[in-house]
Amino acid sequence: MRIGTLKESYVADAALFDSRTQRAWLVVAAACLVLLPFVANDYWLYMACLVAINIASSAGLNILTGYTGLVSLGQAAFMGLGAYTVAILQIRWGTPLLLNLLAGGVVAMLGGVVVGVPSLRVKGLYLAIVTIAATFIAHFLFANLEFTGGTSGLSMSPGRLFGVELDTSFRLYWLIVPLTMLMLLGAANLFRTRIGRAFIAIRDRDISAEVLGIPLLRYKLLSFGLSSFYAGVAGGLWAYFFRVITPESFPLSMSIFFLAAIIVGGMGSTLGSILGAVFMTMVPEVLKLVFDLLPASTNLAVLLSPVRLIIFGALIVGFLIFEPLGLAEMWRRIRRFFHLWPFRN
Amino acid sequence: MMDWGYLFEVCLTGLAGGGLYALAALAFVLVYKATRVVNLAIGELLMAGGYLFFTFAAMWALPLWLAIPAAVLASGMLGGLIERLVIRPLLGEPPISAFMVTVGLGSILVGLVEIIWGADQRRLPDFMPTKPVMVGDAFLAPKVFWGAVIAAVFIAAVLLVFRYWRGGVALRATASDQAAAYVVGINVPRVFSLSWVVSAMLAAVSGIIVGSIGGISSSMGVFGLSVLVVVIVGGLDSVLGALVAGLIVGLVEGLAAAYLGGEFKLLATFVVLVGILMVRPYGLFGTRDIERL
Repeated sequence: MRIGTLKESYVADAALFDSRTQRAWLVVAAACLVLLPFVANDYWLYMACLVAINIASSAGLNILTGYTGLVSLGQAAFMGLGAYTVAILQIRWGTPLLLNLLAGGVVAMLGGVVVGVPSLRVKGLYLAIVTIAATFIAHFLFANLEFTGGTSGLSMSPGRLFGVELDTSFRLYWLIVPLTMLMLLGAANLFRTRIGRAFIAIRDRDISAEVLGIPLLRYKLLSFGLSSFYAGVAGGLWAYFFRVITPESFPLSMSIFFLAAIIVGGMGSTLGSILGAVFMTMVPEVLKLVFDLLPASTNLAVLLSPVRLIIFGALIVGFLIFEPLGLAEMWRRIRRFFHLWPFRN
Repeated sequence: MMDWGYLFEVCLTGLAGGGLYALAALAFVLVYKATRVVNLAIGELLMAGGYLFFTFAAMWALPLWLAIPAAVLASGMLGGLIERLVIRPLLGEPPISAFMVTVGLGSILVGLVEIIWGADQRRLPDFMPTKPVMVGDAFLAPKVFWGAVIAAVFIAAVLLVFRYWRGGVALRATASDQAAAYVVGINVPRVFSLSWVVSAMLAAVSGIIVGSIGGISSSMGVFGLSVLVVVIVGGLDSVLGALVAGLIVGLVEGLAAAYLGGEFKLLATFVVLVGILMVRPYGLFGTRDIERL
């Protein structure tokens, strides 16, 4: 609880953004996001799109793992479901882009519900392993079914939205970033509703939640469904972004990446999904830039991928040991420091 | 017409491979029983053992009787180090933290192996007899057979040790009730270290065997996935479960690979896993948690 924010009504207490400073910064951030495509070069726009897709997927995983407490290592599989749905719709029938994305989300959601069915009986880490199983089964289906194009996968033409061909990062940015923002807003608002609060109750103690009148199976499935819907839409965006989808595009390590992102960012916090996804996507890139700066004569380049692995692992380990609440908690600490600054800190 | 001889051969190979799973699963269950940590890095520990053996036997050219114990001991030290540095600070944290920390650990180990030894596949020096083994009319690859024999010997040794050795009794006491173990004067943190050391040593043994059958590479950790399936099918905290499920999973993998094709191997095991979990959510022999409010 911060000082200096007096709340006089429940509406004010439940508001997403509660102070004037916060709203001002939000406007600044929105302005930056609008201006970014006009000042950034292709590389940074590419990264921005990728980051936004990862944010959308992390936000979905955070609903399931951070808020409902069901550990999932199947996020990549659900993204794959969404991506394949979008690609198949686009290639076979050329249906409109937004409809495809929605369909991708819905198909992934159905997949999530199917994977979630064991969640009432199977708990904790047993459940995590079931989601790993789902990843492998999905991979097998992608690689062996007729209409998913087998191991060579699918490649698709750029999507079209309002008559504009989405073939550059600049154009895709205007699709991906607003959609991600919309999804984030949805996720943040979810936890002001009965459903979201039921999720939190389930996370804290599922039996108590049931005693309080929350039907466990329905809400756990809902959580799985919502989370995979996010993954599916993110996967659909991913498909439009890369336009080539193979079974290898969605490996288990990608699911681990998303889990790592929400751990590093902060579980059970929408801000955490954002910070975590940004951080985890940018670290390897920054590392690559650092390696590019090193003298080219040495064969250090072969070290890049192992060093990435080590840093990836070290980040997970380090955050879990030293900052279990993640970047979101660091952010809160910084904010608190500046809250009444310079009069008090 | 079914070829019974071939089926028998496939089953034998599968069971022998299952013996290796059982050994690695035992390493996993030891840690889980004592510390309640789900060690997803078990495959990477196997890999580390294999590479340490490679270093001692192939690079430093030590004789085998020295290289194997040295690799196992070094792995044990690695296990102790991991426990002390990474697992100990997370005591009392929610299980997902410990679980994720081992994921991070696995990533670090793979990175280290790639930096030190490179990402290419290596062959371990041969140390097992190469004469084909015949069981009845069935042919069994010698490495697989002797690997299974070594695994069985080690499993038996571990079971005996934990039945009669004081440290083993302390470990079992800690597993059944931590607070009570403290009360009777057991140094519980030391038991935690012990379990990691022993587990890493067992992982190294199976890593050496697995490596000498199929070579070692930085992607050897995939073996850990099958081990994970084994322990989940058997029940996380059950030694008997690890052994039985090891054989079952080995058998299923062998049959799937022989009759359906190699790409069905993982699929079949995961389908078995999901099937068994639907019927028995705590695995075949796992302890059912009784939850109270």
